[in-house]
Parts: sequence; structure tokens; C-alpha cells
Amino acid sequence: MDIDITLHVDGEPRSLSVDTRTTVLDALREQLGVTAPKKGCDHGQCGSCTCLVDGRRVTTCLSLAVAHDGAQITTAAGLGSERDLHAVQQAFVDHDGFQCGYCTPGQICSAVGMLDEARSGFASYVTADLTAGVVLDADEIRERMSGNLCRCGAYVNIVAAIGELAP
Amino acid sequence: MKPFEYERAADTGGAVAALAGRRGAAYLAGGTNLVDHMKLGIASPELLVDVSRALDARIEELPGGGLRIGAGVRNADLAADMRVRKRYPALARALLSGASGQLRNLATTGGNLLQRTRCPYFQDPTTPCNKREPGSGCSALDGHTRQHAILGASQHCVATHPSDMAVAMLAFDAVVRVRGAGGLREIAIADLHRLPGDVPQRDTTLEHGELITDVDLPSLEIAARSTYRKVRDRASYAFALVSVAAAVELASDDTFADVRIAFGGLAHKPWRATLAEDELRGRPATEAAFRAAAHAELAAAQPLRDNAFKIAMASNALVATLRELTMPRAAR
Ligand SMILES: Cc1cc2nc3c(=O)[nH]c(=O)nc-3n(C[C@H](O)[C@H](O)[C@H](O)COP(=O)(O)OP(=O)(O)OC[C@H]3O[C@@H](n4cnc5c(N)ncnc54)[C@H](O)[C@@H]3O)c2cc1C
Ligand code: SF4
Ligand code: FES
Ligand code: FES
Repeated sequence: MDIDITLHVDGEPRSLSVDTRTTVLDALREQLGVTAPKKGCDHGQCGSCTCLVDGRRVTTCLSLAVAHDGAQITTAAGLGSERDLHAVQQAFVDHDGFQCGYCTPGQICSAVGMLDEARSGFASYVTADLTAGVVLDADEIRERMSGNLCRCGAYVNIVAAIGELAP
Repeated sequence: MKPFEYERAADTGGAVAALAGRRGAAYLAGGTNLVDHMKLGIASPELLVDVSRALDARIEELPGGGLRIGAGVRNADLAADMRVRKRYPALARALLSGASGQLRNLATTGGNLLQRTRCPYFQDPTTPCNKREPGSGCSALDGHTRQHAILGASQHCVATHPSDMAVAMLAFDAVVRVRGAGGLREIAIADLHRLPGDVPQRDTTLEHGELITDVDLPSLEIAARSTYRKVRDRASYAFALVSVAAAVELASDDTFADVRIAFGGLAHKPWRATLAEDELRGRPATEAAFRAAAHAELAAAQPLRDNAFKIAMASNALVATLRELTMPRAAR
């Protein structure tokens, strides 16, 4: 069964017809040619497909495209441009927050979403006092970014990059 | 994945009507469990009725002081709600211990309650599994059973329930509100999930087509002094081997005026530790009493080949949780 939908990808409305089985990730990569989000596990276990959907970080491999008709999707490619990098992108470059780069678009989208969550006061499992304000130390960053795996093990530099922008 | 039709429900009534009489239809909420199962080939609905926009996504005060959580509230938003953090901290912490930030932004309250076991054989359609294919046998019985049940299992299934959120809700006696073709009903959360017995294919007491609309948290003073402890193979982003939700109320002489305890990772359903609670009420809050309570609950444990460690792990997790909750504030 095919259904016509519109996804707003990095600011551009994109209309397409999708088989109901298509995930947001496959719609982006296979149908729209938007290859910033990567397919790692395809089962919600690695975070490499992370995008911002309606402003929040989500794994796009477990989201059906038909269920996201009308959604605003920001990929790592849409966060900034080569000449004008997003602050999180710049911090990853400055701190060597990657090696092969495969997990990086997901890490960056996740970090942007996570920093927004922290700014709006979200606690985490390692926050001692759930009702106090957020201080993003290294333990907090590691816990909040645990949904993004890096097979190259660039974690130390990823934590440092994000730490630079922590509120 | 098998082809399927897709329909978006405008409201809960429409959703229930769409599933009534259609065995092959299923509700879709966040999709983080169902879509995964469809990819694995262990679920193949012919129709998905998307309820993600039809379900209530609000958290409201109940007249007597409790909270009503819409089934469409995302796990991230429930954990972030300041009323939940202040009045039911074990629930906030249980939610925060589950999955990842990305998944918690998708996962809903209703879907979380109805997520299915992470038994590896259940997730692998090439192996026999009574839960997936009734009567085919249980591969875990002579397989790897590290994550499996030590309480309440049967010869037909030894799986555990994976939800963290449900464990905290059980400790607080939450009430699950359900809409079916016949109208509304309320189910105490203790009666929602079931033990496998000889019908392991049924995780819950819900009938086909019943839609969870809300979860009510009762007004409960003791819940304000509660926490959730999760023990797992890695520090984050992993399911529980064992978990404990506990709430305590101490009398002025440091005896337990009241206590609530529920375990995760031990059984086919979140496990309310009534024997441990009974052991503690009226007793002084000492290490010896904590140990005795753990023993009272776990004496009936029947470990499998690979999971005897869960007895010590559950006992230690309970003792550590009670110690944390009963230590004078200054010493914490
Ligand atoms: C990598 C990974 C790690 C995870 N780790 C954890 C963890 O550590 N702890 C934990 O607790 N969970 C964990 N989860 C599971 C996650 O919490 C669940 O997948 C999620 O809560 C399910 O919610 P959903 O809205 O996405 O449900 P869906 O996938 O949409 O639905 C799940 C089931 O519930 C049914 N359903 C949904 N809503 C309703 C309703 N309102 N009424 C009736 N039926 C309904 C659906 O038909 C389906 O059968 C993990 C998941 C993944 C992928
Ligand atoms: S324990 Fe239950 S879910 Fe796992 S293989 Fe046996 S029957 Fe299936
Ligand atoms: S590809 Fe989506 S989480 Fe791994
Ligand atoms: S940089 Fe290679 S996987 Fe992370």
C-alpha cells in the first residue's frame, strides 16, 4: 500500500509516495537522497540514524514515514553549511570528535537535541537530585548521549566537544 | 516485512472501532517496539491503526491529588514533568533508566506498558518459542537463561517483562484505564500483566482491540520518598538484569510506618514484593531487617541454569535501595 506524504527536510517541503513499510530513515536515504543520517543497526540500538523531528532527537529507523506526514525533519546536513558550521559541528571538528565519521551525523543531531533538553531542565538517570537544575558534567553527558554508539571509540573527544557547549 | 495497510485514527473511539472484529489489526503508537518486531518478522499485522495523534498526551491533576497520564504522553515528557519528579521520583528515575534519549522521545506510556519480552528466542523467528508460536516449545529451557525469570515462571515460558516504567507504577498502585468495544474499564496495574502459566502467548489481561487511554497515579504521600535502582550489563542503554522501585515512610522511632517495593527483571510481570513489605512494616530500618525482607521475597526463587546470580543481585539491590532511602539526609 502506497501513501502520499510530505516531509519538510532541512527546511524544504518534499512530497513523495511511500510504501507503508518505509521508515523515515529509508524515505530520506533511498527516496529523497538525503544521506546524512546513517543506517547502523536499523533496530534503535545504535543512534546513527538520529535526526531532529519536530525539534526533538529521535531514531528514524523505528519511525514509519506514513506516521510522520507533515513532520519537520532536520538532519546533520541541515544544521549548518560548510562555511557556516553549527556550534556543535564546529566543536566536533575542534576536538576531533570522530574517526571514520559514520556515527557523527547521528552524534551531532543527538547532541543538539540533548543540549536543548538540558536547557529545558530535563534530568537524567545519573542526576542526583531530580528537582535541581542541570549541570552537564562528563558523567551527565555520557549518560545523556548513551543512545549513540561509536565503533571507533571516539567517545573521549565527543564528550569534550559537547562539554564545551554545556550549559 | 509483510505489506500492511495504514490508517490514522482521529480519536480513541475511531481507533477502537477500527480494530473491533479485525484480528490482524494492531495499534501503532511510538512504534519503537512494534516496528522493530515487524522488521524481525515476529509481528505481521495486516492493518496498523496509528493512535499516536489520537491519544491524550497530557498529564493532569486528579481531584484527590493524583495524576492522570494520557497514554500518548512520551516517556521523555513523563520523566521531565516536575510533579512526577517531586511526587513520584521512582517513576521519573525508572523512565530515565530506560532505552535512550532518542527512544524516550518516541516511546509512549501505553506502548511502554505493552512492550514485549526481550527473550532472545522470542525475537528470533527461527527458534521454537511458546510465546511467539504457542505449542512450539520453549528454547530457553535448555538454552541461555541469564536474563530470564526466577519467580513465577512456568514450564511453558521463563521470560521476563522488560519495562522499567511499569515497575515503578506497580509500586505506586497505578490504575490503567482502557477503552474497548464494550466501553471503558479500569484495571489495577497489578492485574494488567500476567504470569505465563500455560498461556504464555498472553502478556496481559487485555482483550484484542482494547486501547489504553490513560494511567492514573493515586495520591500517595509515601511516593515522594522513593527511588529506582537498575542493575545491568553496562552502565546505560541496556535492559535490567534486576531492578527495584521502592518507597519508604519512617515513623519517628525509625521503624517502617509503610513501605512499597516492586522488582523488575525477575518475572513475566513486574513483581510486587508484598512478602518483603510485610516483613518490614513496623520493623526498625536496619541492615538486618532489609536482608530479612529480601530473603522473605526471594526464598521462593527457582533459578535456571544461568541466572542463580539474580537472587543475590536482587537481594543486594533491595538492601542498597532501602539503605539509600532510610539513611538520614545528612549522611546520604
Ligand atoms: C534499543 C532499545 C532499548 C530499549 N531499552 C529499554 C529499557 O532499558 N527499558 C525499558 O523499559 N524499555 C526499553 N526499550 C523499550 C521501549 O521502552 C519500548 O519500545 C517503548 O516504551 C514502546 O512504546 P511505543 O509507544 O513505541 O510502543 P509501540 O511500539 O507503538 O507499541 C508497542 C505495543 O503496544 C501496543 N500499543 C501501543 N499503544 C497502545 C495503547 N494505547 N493501547 C493499546 N495498545 C497499545 C502496540 O499495538 C504494540 O503491540 C528499549 C527499546 C529499544 C528499541
Ligand atoms: S522463555 Fe518464553 S519467550 Fe523465551 S523462548 Fe521460552 S516461551 Fe519463548
Ligand atoms: S540505525 Fe537507527 S538506531 Fe541504529
Ligand atoms: S567515528 Fe567511526 S563510528 Fe564513530
